[in-house]
Amino acid sequence: MPADLTPAVPALTIAGLRKSFGSNEVLKGIDLTVAPGEVIAIIGKSGSGKSTLLRCVNGLETFQHGTLEVDGQALAQDNAAAMRALRQRVGMIFQSFNLFPHLTVGKNIMLAPGLVRKLPADVLLERARRLLERVGLAEKFDAYPDQLSGGQQQRVAIARALAMEPMMLLCDEITSALDPELVGEVLAVVEALAKEGMTLLMVTHEMNFARKVSDRVIFMHQGRVHEQGPPERLFADPQTAELRQFLSSLQ
Amino acid sequence: MAVELDFAAVLSQWPLLLLGVAWTVGLTAISASLGVLLGIVCAWVASQGPRWLRPLVASYVELIRNTPFIVQLFFIFFGLPAAGVRLSPEWASVIAMVINLGAYSAEIVRAGIQATPKGHIEAAASLALSRMQSFIFVVLPPSLQRVWPALVSQIIIVMLGSAVCGQISTPELSFAGNLIQSRNFRAFESYIVITVLYLALSMGARLLLNRLGARVFPGAHRG
Repeated sequence: MPADLTPAVPALTIAGLRKSFGSNEVLKGIDLTVAPGEVIAIIGKSGSGKSTLLRCVNGLETFQHGTLEVDGQALAQDNAAAMRALRQRVGMIFQSFNLFPHLTVGKNIMLAPGLVRKLPADVLLERARRLLERVGLAEKFDAYPDQLSGGQQQRVAIARALAMEPMMLLCDEITSALDPELVGEVLAVVEALAKEGMTLLMVTHEMNFARKVSDRVIFMHQGRVHEQGPPERLFADPQTAELRQFLSSLQ
Repeated sequence: MAVELDFAAVLSQWPLLLLGVAWTVGLTAISASLGVLLGIVCAWVASQGPRWLRPLVASYVELIRNTPFIVQLFFIFFGLPAAGVRLSPEWASVIAMVINLGAYSAEIVRAGIQATPKGHIEAAASLALSRMQSFIFVVLPPSLQRVWPALVSQIIIVMLGSAVCGQISTPELSFAGNLIQSRNFRAFESYIVITVLYLALSMGARLLLNRLGARVFPGAHRG
């Protein structure tokens, strides 16, 4: 059967997901389906569970109830090998970059594909150079992370995640730790990825960016998806009092 | 009464001194490599190894850090033969030093590991590295870099502590000094020479290990 006739398997399917830290339930039943290539912006107050939800998708947090499927594969939280297989398909970018400080930029990018995929050195090198070029840092191959600005470090982190050729990227407030003048360079890279068809799930406080780049905005409130929809509608015409209040608090 | 110093009487015994220096350096080199390795393994167990092993490692570390080195050495050399383990003085010395440094470096390395930002471990996990890969390639190198000065100090303490091994007739440097002064009764000169040699060895070892650190951990100035 030709590929274009198969019904698209959702990139991500979450059903009835509940997550507690001790007695504190932070996700109270999340249902969410993400199509391949879809760009999703998750917004909401701090403590609404948005980062926790993102971290559940690649198993950095475990959840107690519900199911989560990536590309049709159910997430097996107790199976370390299955989790590693999953994480090869789901990349993550963090607020605090988390580059490995003892490795050069090039080695940061080549580490995981070398260890996990066992790619030969010439392929690794070629891939790292190509990805660095893509994020506009070709000349930083031999630099150490602490020699780069925050924006540059975050772009390296994106290149590092892309080196595993993920089908989906999770972005956890990736511009929140940046000086305002450095936010643009990182968002430009993310926007280019979105245009190329990468499935993106991003927790963000950049409402203008969410409006411009995302296909769908999800507003989380008290551990639930409170309201969702295309950005034009959601921002212009919020249906719930909570979202109206949240949006007006940002003004 | 003026003291008449006769260093020639000591220095004429240079083959003994040289042998002593060689043994001290050799014992230190072997115990530093194996001891730090043992310390890393123990630190791994303590921080993320199998839970059933942790009490064992904790007991070992406490036992060694709370007893004198000379007792540990005597136990291995004089005590173990009763259990059928008969070791030469040299082997007993190496084993005692490795075990001793292993316990101290376990604590030092563990402190370095504990200072690892959680985000680095999460980044490694999200890149699909296994826990072991994450430990070896992401956690360990910056941890060792953080505690390298402390490790160097501990290695030097163990080198100086190796003087005790002369007590079971391992022909290390202090043993050579004792032997020379017992032959020519020039105790003052003998121990001056031995002192100067230990001082030179310590300073040389510190310099060498600091250089090694700077080479192994490029950008040692980095946090």
